Parts: sequence; C-alpha cells; structure tokens
Amino acid sequence: MSRYNRHIVLSEVGQKGQDKLSNSKVLVVGAGGLGCPVLQYLTAAGIGTIGIIDFDVVEESNLQRQILFGTSSLGENKALAAKNRLTDLNPTILIEAYPQKLTSGNALTLFKNYDIIVDGTDNFATRYLINDAAILVNKPVVYGAIYKFEGQVSVFNYQKGPSYRCLFPTPPKQGSVANCSDVGVLGVLPGIIGSMQANEVIKIILGFEDVLSGKLFCYNAKTIQTTMLKITRSTSEYDKVLASKDNFHDQNNEDFCLTQVSEISAEKALMKENIQFIDVREHNEQPQPDLPNCKQIPLGEIEEQLNEIEADDSKVIFCQSGIRSKTAVEILQKNNIVDCYSLKGGVLALIEQLKLK
Amino acid sequence: MILHIKYFGLLAEVTGCNEETLEFSKNSVSDVLSILFEKYPDLKEKDFQVAQNNEIVSKEMVISEGEIALLPPFSGG
Repeated sequence: MSRYNRHIVLSEVGQKGQDKLSNSKVLVVGAGGLGCPVLQYLTAAGIGTIGIIDFDVVEESNLQRQILFGTSSLGENKALAAKNRLTDLNPTILIEAYPQKLTSGNALTLFKNYDIIVDGTDNFATRYLINDAAILVNKPVVYGAIYKFEGQVSVFNYQKGPSYRCLFPTPPKQGSVANCSDVGVLGVLPGIIGSMQANEVIKIILGFEDVLSGKLFCYNAKTIQTTMLKITRSTSEYDKVLASKDNFHDQNNEDFCLTQVSEISAEKALMKENIQFIDVREHNEQPQPDLPNCKQIPLGEIEEQLNEIEADDSKVIFCQSGIRSKTAVEILQKNNIVDCYSLKGGVLALIEQLKLK
Repeated sequence: MILHIKYFGLLAEVTGCNEETLEFSKNSVSDVLSILFEKYPDLKEKDFQVAQNNEIVSKEMVISEGEIALLPPFSGG
C-alpha cells in the first residue's frame, strides 16, 4: 500500500513494523490541544484502532491551537468532530468516538480494550484517574501536559517503570495551578508536545528501546531549553493504587484529586442541557441574570438547603466573580453532590454571554 | 555550598527568574527550601517536586554542589 510507503522503506519500521501499527489499539483521552496532534499523527501512521474520548464541545477559543477542528465544527462534540475529520485523513482504520466524560465507572472497561492510553486531558482529577485505572489494567500511559510556553512529556507504567504518582504523589492544592483557559498558552506548544506523545506511542508499538519511561522531558518553547529529569518507580505508590481496586468504581473523579473544583465558562454553561443554575450570592446582589432554571441559595445557607439541588442535572454554581462559587462547589462535593461546576467569571461573564445570544 | 537553581512553569513567575545561582550554608533539600521560602514567600503555597542534578529527590535528601530544579505539575492539555 503506497499510503505507508515512507514508513515501510525505513529499515527500522518495514512492513513488519507497519503491520504492528495496524494491529495496535490506542485510546486518546481528551481531543484538545494535545489530543489533536496525537490523533492526527496516529491516524496518518495507520494505527489500526483509535479511540477518542471527550465530553466537551469545540469552542472558537480552541481553534488557535486545536488545528484538527475548523469553524464548521463549532459547537460539535470534540470526539465526534475529530472522528469526522480523521476518517477523511485515513479511512482504512477504525475510529471509535466516545462523546462522554472519562469516569471511574467507564475507565477500566474502556482501557481494557486498548493497548496504550494517551493522556491529553486538561485537569488533574482526570490525570490521576487515568494513572490509577491504567495501573489497575496494566496499560502504559503516554503523558503530556502544558503550561503557557512549557511542556512535559513522559511514558508511565511501562515495563515496570514509574507512574504519574511516582512523580507527583499528591494532587495539587486548589488554585495553586492554573489551566490554559485562565492563563493562556502558546498555540504551537501543544502541537510540539502532542507530536512528541504520538512519537512515543509509535516507538512503544514498534518495540524501540529508548522509550521515554523513567524520565520526564521538559521543554520551554520561549527559551528553547530542554531538560530531562530522572524519575524513580515508587512501589508504595503502585501498591496504594492496587489496593484501591475493589472500591475503584465507587469513586467520583474528584476523589482522585480531592481538592479539584471543576470550572466552566459561561459560553459552555449556556450550551449545556439539563442544567440547574445556582446563584450563591446574597438575595439583594445585582445584576440578576435571566435564566430558565435558576435557584438562589446564598453561600451561607447552602448546606441547609441541599434538598433544593436537583441531583440528576448538571449544576452550574455562580456568584459575582467566581470565587464564592468555588467554595460552594467544594461544599457540594463534600456532601456527595456530583456534576457541579463553578462558573468562571461569575454573573458578569454570564450576562456578557447572554447578550451575545 | 553554591547551587544553581532552575524554576519551571509558574514558579518562574513567583521568583521572577528562570534560574539563579545562590549560596547556602546548609545542605538538605528542606533547608534549601526554607531559605527559598524566606526569599520568595509565595513559593510556599505552590506544589512542586525537587530535582538534583536532573534526578527527582525527596525533601529529606542531603544535596551537594550542582543544579537544583523546582518542578511544578502542569494540568494544561
């Protein structure tokens, strides 16, 4: 087949190597800045089965770096939009799109169907969930993460090498690490880091010796500095995860990273269906947005009024600027109420977005 | 003891530099950190791992001359 000719003529790959790629199954978690280049290169390389899991939709602010998507995909689920574009790139492979959130309920079953898991997520809760689930079903994780101009790449849980928890045993404190939407990111950076992740996936499949396991590669796009840090496997971190096997399914994503509060943008909040807005400001605070399903429960009263919160809906909590709402989400999570988001920028961002509609 | 210290990610914003060379009288990782926390109080609130000569080390480690890197986790994707 001429499609893979440039691989096959490489003596290190050959037809045998190309067949290995065709017989492999790779799951990419998150079709965002990192996931897009990973998906593009793995699809082009002819990985036989590629899974894409992402619950999110394509937003205009994604297009600066998520170059798999175009303007015509705005508002579409990312996993489905990615599958559409990738099918054109390579119709000879199988692409499975999962337009849903990765949870402790579906992670183990899903991971079992794949050989390699790629971590392209944008939050710590999912990163720790991926780490733990991959250890439980013994699959390698190709990890990438970015911050502004800097990126990290590594391969975890590969041939008795270290895991993400061996590097960062404790999930970070709330608010100590910002994400891309708050601080910005150079558009080309996830392209570089994601391409490196795709490279590691291909090396693992081809059985190359120098896989990036036991090492963290750090890259600074601004200073062009690269650093390779050695990571050692911690048996106790592995043991802790293995000991959690029996109650793994009962954990919420937030349990993997207890201090994590999920935030949502006004744009995304208004796109969601089956949603309850909860205004945690005091009764006299202005402005009052015009929202269909909105309950006012001041922050100080929220614990007494938990019965007012609709269990089956997604909950978007807002205040004036997005600070009190984070505390409210923490309180709800402590009371085992899941699917709660703190609205970024508070009521002011919401009113701006409502004006655009 | 003279140490060259590298700050990654948002730690470089806290300290205002990507790297610097400093002299320390004590030599465990935690001693070095407590001196850095005095110099940069906001650093104390941050999560990070410490590497010596490009190897992640525990906070109890005794360190010698060379390079120290403070590495925070990144969540972005």
